[in-house]
Amino acid sequence: MRLLHIFGLPPAASTYAADIDFGLRLLFASIIFIFFSWSVYLAYLVFRYRNKPGSRAEYEKSAGISKAMMPGAIVLVLEMILIIVWEIPVWGKIKEEIPQDSNKIEINVLAQQFAWNIQYPGPDGKFGRRKKELVNFSNPIGLDYNDPAAKDDVVLANELHLPLGKMAVIHLMSMDVIHDFAVPEFRIKQDIVPGMDIPLWITPTKVGTYDLACAQLCGFGHSLMVGHVIVQSPEDFAAWLKSKAPVSQTASSTNNF
Amino acid sequence: MSEHKMSFLKKYVFSTDHKVIAMQYMFTSLAALLIGFFFVLVMRWELAFPMHPIPLLGRLLSARLAPNGVMSPQLYNMLGAMHGTAMIFLGIAPLGFAAFGNYVLPLQVGAPDMAFPKINMFSYWSFVIGALILAASFFLPSGPLQSGWTAYPPLSEITRGTVFWILAMVFIINSSLLGAINFIVTGLNMRAPGLTLGRLPIFVWAQLVTAAIVLLAFPPVEAGAVLLLMDCVAHTSFYLPQGLMILGHASGASGGGQPILWQHLFWFLGHPEVYVLLLPAIGIVAEIIANNSRKPLYGYKAMVGSLLAILVLAFVVWAHHLYISGMSPFLSDFFAITTLAISVPSVILLTCLVFSLQGGSIRFTTPMLFALSFLPLFGIGGLTGIPLGVTVTDIYLHDTYYVIGHFHYVVVAGILMALFGGIYFWFPKWFGRKMNESLGKWHFWGTLIGINGTFFPMFILGLAGQSRRLWNPLAQAHNVPWQKWHVVSSVFSGILLLAQIPFIYNFFHSLFQGEKVSDNPWEATTLDWACPSPPPHGNFSSPVSVHRGPYEYSPPNNRDGWVPQNAEAA
Repeated sequence: MRLLHIFGLPPAASTYAADIDFGLRLLFASIIFIFFSWSVYLAYLVFRYRNKPGSRAEYEKSAGISKAMMPGAIVLVLEMILIIVWEIPVWGKIKEEIPQDSNKIEINVLAQQFAWNIQYPGPDGKFGRRKKELVNFSNPIGLDYNDPAAKDDVVLANELHLPLGKMAVIHLMSMDVIHDFAVPEFRIKQDIVPGMDIPLWITPTKVGTYDLACAQLCGFGHSLMVGHVIVQSPEDFAAWLKSKAPVSQTASSTNNF
Repeated sequence: MSEHKMSFLKKYVFSTDHKVIAMQYMFTSLAALLIGFFFVLVMRWELAFPMHPIPLLGRLLSARLAPNGVMSPQLYNMLGAMHGTAMIFLGIAPLGFAAFGNYVLPLQVGAPDMAFPKINMFSYWSFVIGALILAASFFLPSGPLQSGWTAYPPLSEITRGTVFWILAMVFIINSSLLGAINFIVTGLNMRAPGLTLGRLPIFVWAQLVTAAIVLLAFPPVEAGAVLLLMDCVAHTSFYLPQGLMILGHASGASGGGQPILWQHLFWFLGHPEVYVLLLPAIGIVAEIIANNSRKPLYGYKAMVGSLLAILVLAFVVWAHHLYISGMSPFLSDFFAITTLAISVPSVILLTCLVFSLQGGSIRFTTPMLFALSFLPLFGIGGLTGIPLGVTVTDIYLHDTYYVIGHFHYVVVAGILMALFGGIYFWFPKWFGRKMNESLGKWHFWGTLIGINGTFFPMFILGLAGQSRRLWNPLAQAHNVPWQKWHVVSSVFSGILLLAQIPFIYNFFHSLFQGEKVSDNPWEATTLDWACPSPPPHGNFSSPVSVHRGPYEYSPPNNRDGWVPQNAEAA
C-alpha cells in the first residue's frame, strides 16, 4: 500500500472518495502482485529453457486444455466476486441514486466553451427561468429576471462554492458541446451533455480550493477551461452567499469573467 | 510456373498478386506510423515545454497555426486527432491485418493467391484514396479534424475538418470490409488438401477472427459516420439536441438528436477495433514462439476457443467507454461484467503463450526477443485495463493520462513490438535475405527502453488526476507539480525515435545487401516456409498437401527436430 504513494493520488475530499481509493489500492496492489509473479515465472522459463548445445525441446509438454484455462478461471471468479460484492453497490451509491437528504443544497452548473457558469437558487430555493434568447455577455446563462424566482438567484462564473459536510446536488447542463465536470479531490467525474440535465451529488469533507477542470475535449480552449471549487465551513458559505445575494447578480457574473 | 512478362506498372503498382499488395500495405502503413509518430513528437514538445517555440519546425509553420513558433491549441487538436487516426486506421491495423494477413495467410493455407485478387487490389487502392484524403485535409483552409480521433459531436460538427475525415473513413472502412471478405473466403475455402481447421496455424485463426470482427464492427460506424456527414453538410440533427448556443449564438440546428448516440455507434466499432489490432499480433507471437522454442504451442485448442470467445465478447463491451458519458448508469454494471469477462480469453491466450516456453529449447533470435517482450508488455497493458473496466475506479481514471498510458501499452508496447517481431521473422520469406541480427538487437533494446520511458510516466500523471488532450497542462494548477513526468516522457519519446534508425537502415540495407538465406532459414513447419523465398507468382511450384498439425517441433523419434506440415508421413 505504501508503494502507491509514488502514484500521488490527490488528497481525498468527499464522502465517497474513500470508496474509490479503496478500489484503486486494491486493484493496483493486485496488478503489481500479478505482474511481478508472472514476470518472475516468465524470466525463470526463459532462463531455464534457453537453448543449450545438445538440448532438445520436450514435445509432450504441450497438451492440456484444462491447465491452460485455470488462470483464466481464477481471474474470472475473483473478478466476479469483486463486481458483485463491491463494485455494483458502490457504483449504485455514487452514480445511480441520489441519497435522500432534506438538508441538501441544489446548484446548476451550465458549462459552455470555455467557462463554468454556476447558478444558485438563492433563499427561495427555486432556480429562475432561463431563456436562450436572453443570453448575452453580461447574462451568459440567459436568466429571465421577469421571473420572480430569478430575483434572488446568484450567478457567477468559474467559482463553485460548497459548504463543508453538506450534500450538494449539482445539475450538470451544457450550452454547446460535451464538457466534463471533474474534480480529482472529490474523485468524481461526469460528462455534461447538451440537451440533458445530469444530476450529480457531492458531500465535501475537507475545506480547501480545488481545480474544476474540464475533462472532455471541448475545443481549442479546453485546457484553459478551469474553474475553482471552494469548500467553506457552512457559516462561511452562508455569509458568502449572502454577500452575493441581493441586487447585483449580473454585476457579479461580469466581474468574474 | 513461368513468369510471364509484365510491365513494371502492372507488376509492382497495379498488381493483383497478394504478395505485392501485402508489400504495398506494408510500406504505406510503415510510412503512416512514422508520420503519426512525427505528429506526436511535436505534441510532446508542447506537453513537456508548454508555450515554448517549437524548435526548427516552429519557424516553418504559418502564424495562424503557430504564432511566434508556439503551437496553437488548434494545431495541437489537429495533430492529436490525426495522430490517433493515422496510427490506428492507417498504421497498426493495415500493418497487422492487411500487410501480414495478405502475405502470410494464403501461404499458410497453401493457396496460390487470395480468393478475389481484383477485390484485393481494389481494397488497397481504396485505402490509399482514404489516406490521401486525410493527408489532403492538412492543406485545406479548414485544416484536418480537431475533435479527437473519436470525433464526438457536437464538437466535431462545429469545428472544421470533420467532413474530409468522414470521407476518408468511408474509403478506409470499405477497404477493410472488402479485405475481410477476402480473408474469410481464402482462409476457409482455399485450404490445401489435408489442412483441416484443427491443423490451421494460430496465425490463420487469428486473421480469420479478425476478419470476422472487421466485417461485423465497421458497418455500424460507417452508417453512423454518414449520419454525422449529413449533420455537417445537410443540416440534419441526428446528433444535435435542441437549443444549442455556440459561443453565445444560437445554432441553426433544429435539434432533437442525441450526442451520445454517436458514442455508442463509434465504440461499437472502436472497441472491437482493439481486437482487430491485437489478434494479428497474437497470431504473429504464437508463430514466433512455437518456432523459436522448438516445441508445439501449449493448448492449441484453448487458444482457438479463446479467439472465438473474443469474437463474440468483443461486441458486448463497447459501452465501457461510456460509463460517465451520461448514458444511464444502470447500464454500466452489465458492461463491467462483460468487460471483465473478456479479460478471461485474453488471459488464456497469454497463459498458453507463456506455458509454451516450458520445456522448450529457446533460441534468442531478434524476432523471438520481440515476441518475448510482447508477453510482459501486453501484460501491463491488459492489467492496467482492469481499473478502467471496473466502473467505480473508472470514475476517477476516465479521460486521464492513465487511459493514454493503458492503451499505448496495449497498442505500442504490446502490438507494435509483436509486429516488429513479425517483420524480422518473415523478412527472409519476403525477400530471400535476412535482416541483420545485431542491428535488430539494437533496435529491440532501444525500442524497449524508449517505449517504457515514454508511456510509464503517463500512469503517474493519470493517477495524479491530470486530464488527457490538454494543450497546456500548466494552465491547471493541480498539474504543475507533476510536469517533470511530461519532460521524462518526451525525452524517452526522442529515444524511441532514435531507436528506429537502426531498424529503417537495417530494413533497406537488408533488402538489397542482406545475407542470402535458404527458403526456410528458421526451420519452420508451416506451409509459408514450404515455398521458395520470395515465392513466385502462384506461390507453390507444385501442389501441396498437409499431413499433420502446424507445430511439429521436436517430435519423438525424429532426428531433424522438426517435421513440415506438408511432409509425407514416413
